[in-house]
Amino acid sequence: MLTLALILFPALTACLLLLTNSGTTRQLAFGAALIETALAIYAFSTFTPNATSQFGFDYPWIPSLGIRLSAGIDGISLLLTLLTGILVPLIVLSTFNRAYERPGTFYALMLFMQSALMGVFTARDGFLFYFFFEAALIPIYFLAAMWGGANRIPVTFKFFIYTIFGSLFMLLALVYLYYQTPATTGSAHSSAIVDFYKLKLSASAQGWVFWAFFIAFAIKMPVFPFHTWQPDTYVESPTPATMLLAGIMLKMGIYGLIRFILPVTPIGIETWGQTAIILSVIGIVYGSIIAIRQRDMKRLIAYSSFSHVGLMAAGVFSQTETGLQGALIQMLAHGVNVVGLFFVADVIYSRTDTRQLDQLGGITRTTPKLTVYFMIIMLGSVALPLTNGFIGEFLLLHGVYSYNHYLGLAAGFTIIFGAVYLLRMFQKAMFGPTTARTESFADLTLSESWVFVPLVVLVFWMGVYPQTFMKMTEPAVANLMKYIGTTAISMK
Amino acid sequence: MQIGLLCALIPLLPLLGFVINGVGFRRVPTGLVGGIATLAVLASFLIVVSLFMSFPAEGGPQIVPLFDWISVGDLHIPFSFQIDQLSLLMLLVVTGVGTLIHLYSIGYMHHDEGFGKFMAFLNLFIFFMLLLVMGANYVIMFIGWEGVGLCSYLLIGFWNKNVSYNNAARKAFVMNRIGDLGFLLGIFTIINTFGTVEYVDVFKQATSLPMGDTTVLVIALLLFVGAMGKSAQVPLYTWLPDAMAGPTPVSALIHAATMVTAGIYMVVRSNVLYTLAPQALEVVGIIAIITALLAASIGLLQNDIKKVLAYSTVSQLGYMFLGLSATAYTAGMFHVITHAFFKALLFLGAGSVIHAMSNEQDIRKMGGLRKALPVTFITFAIGTWAISGLPPFAGFFSKDEILAHVFEHSKVLWALGVLGSGLTSFYMFRLLFLTFFGEFRGTAEQKHHLHESPATMTIPLIILAILSAVGGALNLPGGGWLSHFLEPIFEGSRQVNPEAFAESTIEHSTEYVLMAVSAGVALLALIAAYVMYISRKAVPASDEADRSMPEQVIYNKYYVDELYEAAIVRPIRSMGDTFYSFGEFAVDGLVNGVAWLVKQSSAQLRRLQSGSIGFYVFAMVLSIVLIFALRFFIRF
Repeated sequence: MLTLALILFPALTACLLLLTNSGTTRQLAFGAALIETALAIYAFSTFTPNATSQFGFDYPWIPSLGIRLSAGIDGISLLLTLLTGILVPLIVLSTFNRAYERPGTFYALMLFMQSALMGVFTARDGFLFYFFFEAALIPIYFLAAMWGGANRIPVTFKFFIYTIFGSLFMLLALVYLYYQTPATTGSAHSSAIVDFYKLKLSASAQGWVFWAFFIAFAIKMPVFPFHTWQPDTYVESPTPATMLLAGIMLKMGIYGLIRFILPVTPIGIETWGQTAIILSVIGIVYGSIIAIRQRDMKRLIAYSSFSHVGLMAAGVFSQTETGLQGALIQMLAHGVNVVGLFFVADVIYSRTDTRQLDQLGGITRTTPKLTVYFMIIMLGSVALPLTNGFIGEFLLLHGVYSYNHYLGLAAGFTIIFGAVYLLRMFQKAMFGPTTARTESFADLTLSESWVFVPLVVLVFWMGVYPQTFMKMTEPAVANLMKYIGTTAISMK
Repeated sequence: MQIGLLCALIPLLPLLGFVINGVGFRRVPTGLVGGIATLAVLASFLIVVSLFMSFPAEGGPQIVPLFDWISVGDLHIPFSFQIDQLSLLMLLVVTGVGTLIHLYSIGYMHHDEGFGKFMAFLNLFIFFMLLLVMGANYVIMFIGWEGVGLCSYLLIGFWNKNVSYNNAARKAFVMNRIGDLGFLLGIFTIINTFGTVEYVDVFKQATSLPMGDTTVLVIALLLFVGAMGKSAQVPLYTWLPDAMAGPTPVSALIHAATMVTAGIYMVVRSNVLYTLAPQALEVVGIIAIITALLAASIGLLQNDIKKVLAYSTVSQLGYMFLGLSATAYTAGMFHVITHAFFKALLFLGAGSVIHAMSNEQDIRKMGGLRKALPVTFITFAIGTWAISGLPPFAGFFSKDEILAHVFEHSKVLWALGVLGSGLTSFYMFRLLFLTFFGEFRGTAEQKHHLHESPATMTIPLIILAILSAVGGALNLPGGGWLSHFLEPIFEGSRQVNPEAFAESTIEHSTEYVLMAVSAGVALLALIAAYVMYISRKAVPASDEADRSMPEQVIYNKYYVDELYEAAIVRPIRSMGDTFYSFGEFAVDGLVNGVAWLVKQSSAQLRRLQSGSIGFYVFAMVLSIVLIFALRFFIRF
């Protein structure tokens, strides 16, 4: 039932928010998001670390077809519901120093988005997953298209069409899988995801299903070469929308890989996984080399995110336990770090009216708080040990390296290039002489500080004692490894 | 008290100091800042001493598990410390020299507006350095390894208004990261080979492997890549001279005495693996001698007091690795210790000079300082004598032990080593003479300001000078205390390759000849320096002066920085530009092309919707026929 509350509560409050349009709207939105956080943390802390799905609900939806409204939280969902629960109030809080037009709609869309995300991460039915997967697109599209930058219309249109295009392939795959399931009592087929896992598809069918899912998820993450919608969309969207996109929404893609591709098409991965992992690794190196040369902070972070996501995808495709566990922990870590980085860019933009690095500099002189928070978030992103980024990257790189030494080496360049572009960004913005725009830079306000505090706490918590999170996911990952393991044996 | 708690306190106290001074920056009174920071390290030092005193001779390693850090499937990486002879020795050096440098920093930095921040960073550095040497497995070592890199970055760029200092800091971090990638891949290979990263388990399993095992070779080489970065060996050494942008106590603590020796510690810690992989040791030896000579030759012509010391550090690190390559692990560690004494002393002395000279670092503008700075002069001279390998000071014994082992191993390497030792002696005495002898060459204003440094600065100098003078007693030739103390650490190596640890085959007479030769060469170099810079009163030419071709090349550090810039940095930058402009355009063009195709074909398809009933019926019939036909040929 907790899952139902997690999905419905934001949507219901969003409906109420639509009716308001006053200065207090954001406080209401923030309050609602905090309640959701409490629910998510409650779910996390009462979760029994085993491979079962918990807190679930299950109602018939289209009984004659065997399609059900079924959702629940297992180890793999857990970290993502936690991430969604924690990040949304911070994203809402990050808007407190800005006045957005039509606040009722603005904040309602954010909460609708949260509902859809919660749905994606908890759905236990293939079609329900698809429903939420598409539903999440609608609010973010409007957020970007209505409150975005000058070039927002063509950019968001491209984003919308691109991702819809990808999802169509997923729909085909889901329909196909549905028709393969054996009859159950009362209906001819079943769309429960666990029933998809039981299918013994032929090698060629697995190949097709693999690609159909891969294209959908690869566009969402994005993986090279499906990424060209991403930098423009991140730059043009209003920063809260960018945070939702980069912090949470792109995890839908990685989650999809883990939820569907790994267990449903193990032979497909056996055949095509290498192609996928090579694409992912190309993305890591390609994205980070581009990031080195970016001048716009937001665009730089966008490419860095693209590069980091490539590593997560590569870790999943390595089909190793460390790679998988690394991807799960890194999804949480990346969400925290990328939201922090985008917020830094937003804070700087709100005071200087620019995100161009060559117009910035010397900010640290007047901003001890911003400097410290920015530094910590940046260190998390460059994966310094004892910060959250290290745990994920260590495990992911170990996974990729175990899969193939050379790919591991290539992926490992992320730790060098990551340091290059992030330290460069930090230096250009914070150090050196001040410029006309940064001369009278005011340090963080109270509400801004409170966005950073939870993020920074998580950076250290996850880095110093990651077992809090990893022991929750471990049984689910071990369970997932069984699907991979069985086919690996049957292949031989 | 419980040993676990004591061990945990060793790194926690400096961390606490960091938190107090860091969080309380600008709120903790300046008078307290230095005291808190220094006491934190001093307290750690005292705990280390008590552990050292109570540690049983020839005792095995004591493991202190704290908590389960990373656990995935069968891979368990505990957060645990290991106390044994090697870590105790490093702990003594780090906290001991660390305390002195903290004390010195109070005098050197207290006028700086970022004083509190500075002391906090120093404490943080000590914390990470302690993790590095105390960790009971490779991943904990890696935490410390990257952590000290971070502190190095923060402290090199401490005066962050200056863009070139920031660039130096960034360069240090990035270059270290290149090495760290090697280290990381080495750890992965260890995990995949042994299933664990705990030293005790890894080395136990390793002893049952055959000599020359390929996987061990790969591990040893990958780990050494990490060591190249941290310990500034060719080709990853160019960050260290640039790192001199940091305040001088930083150069003494991080870039001379402790952090840069982490690579040597790592190899000594992994001695079983290296003993098993003689080819890896060959590589280490070659890199080491190239580094030692290259850096020493650059040092000959440098005119910045800190740059000379920096190149000398690079060169001395080469000597340490040279010792390791001849499986003279103890000798390598011995040189780590003595070098920590005299190099810290020399840097702090240089700091005292810079302090007195109102931030002047160019030795061409110094001269005759011995009268104004007597304590600095005497201690600096002791340091110079020690580093030059002249008897009876510390450097003589440690360098000699290295060279004696190298002689057994390879005569060529030995000869090159002696040559390098002569170069060291020459540039160090050149530095000493140009700084402290002759006439003062600075401005009148500088001359007016000349003063000996305060006691917080001179006391550390005096203590380090004493240690540099008598440090050789730690391991006198013919089986000294250190060799005996460290013996249990090399038990595994002895097991896998007893020959490498057999009693020296060299006659005692030969050994004395070797000693005499290297001391003689150093003495000759001293005399040469004396003739040039005291008798003839030569002063190095200004930067613009004409130089002969080879001189020009060495003066410009063999153009290595320029080479890296042209061969690596710029290509990557232009790659970034190309990817961004052309690559993204091409990929996006492909996507748009697909979109265009869809649009075109839908435009064609639209024509089918003509509204003519006749056409629809026709299409329907045709389709049904097609379906039946398909159904007939393909059964689905």
